[in-house]
Amino acid sequence: MKQPSEIKSPNILSVKKVLVISLMLCCIVIIASAFKQKINSPGIAIAVNIANDDSATSAQAFLQVYSVLMSPRCMNCHPAGNRPLQGDDNHIHTMNVQRGKDGKGLYALKCSNCHQAENTAGLHTPPGNPKWQLPPADMKMVFQGKSAHDLALQIMDYNRNGHKNKEQLLEHARDTLVKAGWNMGGDRTPPPLAYDDFVKAWDTWINNGGYAPPAK
Amino acid sequence: MITLNVNNKNYEVDVDPNMPLLWAIRDVIGLTGTKYGCGVAQCGACTVHLDSEAVRSCVTRVSRAEGQKITTIEGLSENNDHPLQIAWNELSVPQCGYCHSGQLMSAAVLLRENPNPTDEDIDDAMAGNICRCGTYLRIRKAIHLAANMQKNGNTKG
Repeated sequence: MKQPSEIKSPNILSVKKVLVISLMLCCIVIIASAFKQKINSPGIAIAVNIANDDSATSAQAFLQVYSVLMSPRCMNCHPAGNRPLQGDDNHIHTMNVQRGKDGKGLYALKCSNCHQAENTAGLHTPPGNPKWQLPPADMKMVFQGKSAHDLALQIMDYNRNGHKNKEQLLEHARDTLVKAGWNMGGDRTPPPLAYDDFVKAWDTWINNGGYAPPAK
Repeated sequence: MITLNVNNKNYEVDVDPNMPLLWAIRDVIGLTGTKYGCGVAQCGACTVHLDSEAVRSCVTRVSRAEGQKITTIEGLSENNDHPLQIAWNELSVPQCGYCHSGQLMSAAVLLRENPNPTDEDIDDAMAGNICRCGTYLRIRKAIHLAANMQKNGNTKG
């Protein structure tokens, strides 16, 4: 007949093994959740697939995107103040044009009063697009004066990017008003990247996690 | 043939759809109150209303205006008695007068959207209408006067 201690011994070993395995699993879960929190930290509101993350590739791609966003063709309609900018030197729009509540101007100076659905022929004539406007007053989406780090965080922040999720952000690079930046007519300098290269950099940036370059 | 509705009257015009609306209004229809200034949307002399918005007719194509309601200075009021026209007259606002049909059309949009404008509101609305004679201070004064007329429900200053 077996002694009680001989019977219990294997059970005690099993309980210890279970405890050790449980402890290891807990550690794995805690470490994994820590990474998850980092990715979803404030400023990076879009959930991304960890397996696709490549922070170096992403941040590098954003630097290319940033060179376009800082060009007059993009920044002139993303000013720090409430007045649009003009020209390759980003001077304040003549005529005291204002943003207005909806980003489409005020009173007799609404954007579409001069900016037609298409470019107007000739030098110093208004470029055109059916969607011509600034960001609205309650979501200004300022580019002017922003570092690459700050602008990347802003664009990836759902509450500061016009409430765009990942798919909508990807689509935004294909927006006809964005694309019009490469065809503004007159002697306006186009952005420094070709449009297709811009879209490629934009997609690379977002699809690899939407990382911000380091703050300087 | 394109149909343009100007001052509540339809006109059949045989013109290129890309023609500036200003040409159609002045040269084809014959309403010459609207003036040509710069031709590149910089001065405001050619301002007319297109569905109640103050567009620059020198860069607005006829095709954009088709099917919409166009109002020129001749159609701003039935008897030249819009509060702005009366105020302009009372204060002798124009000097040479060339820019003032555009000034009035822009001011009319301001007063419709903001019946009690401040000086700053007036600047925001009117800075795109250039006056070479420099009548800006009288323009501002007349807009305030017209706003008071509208508020008091009469057409007297």
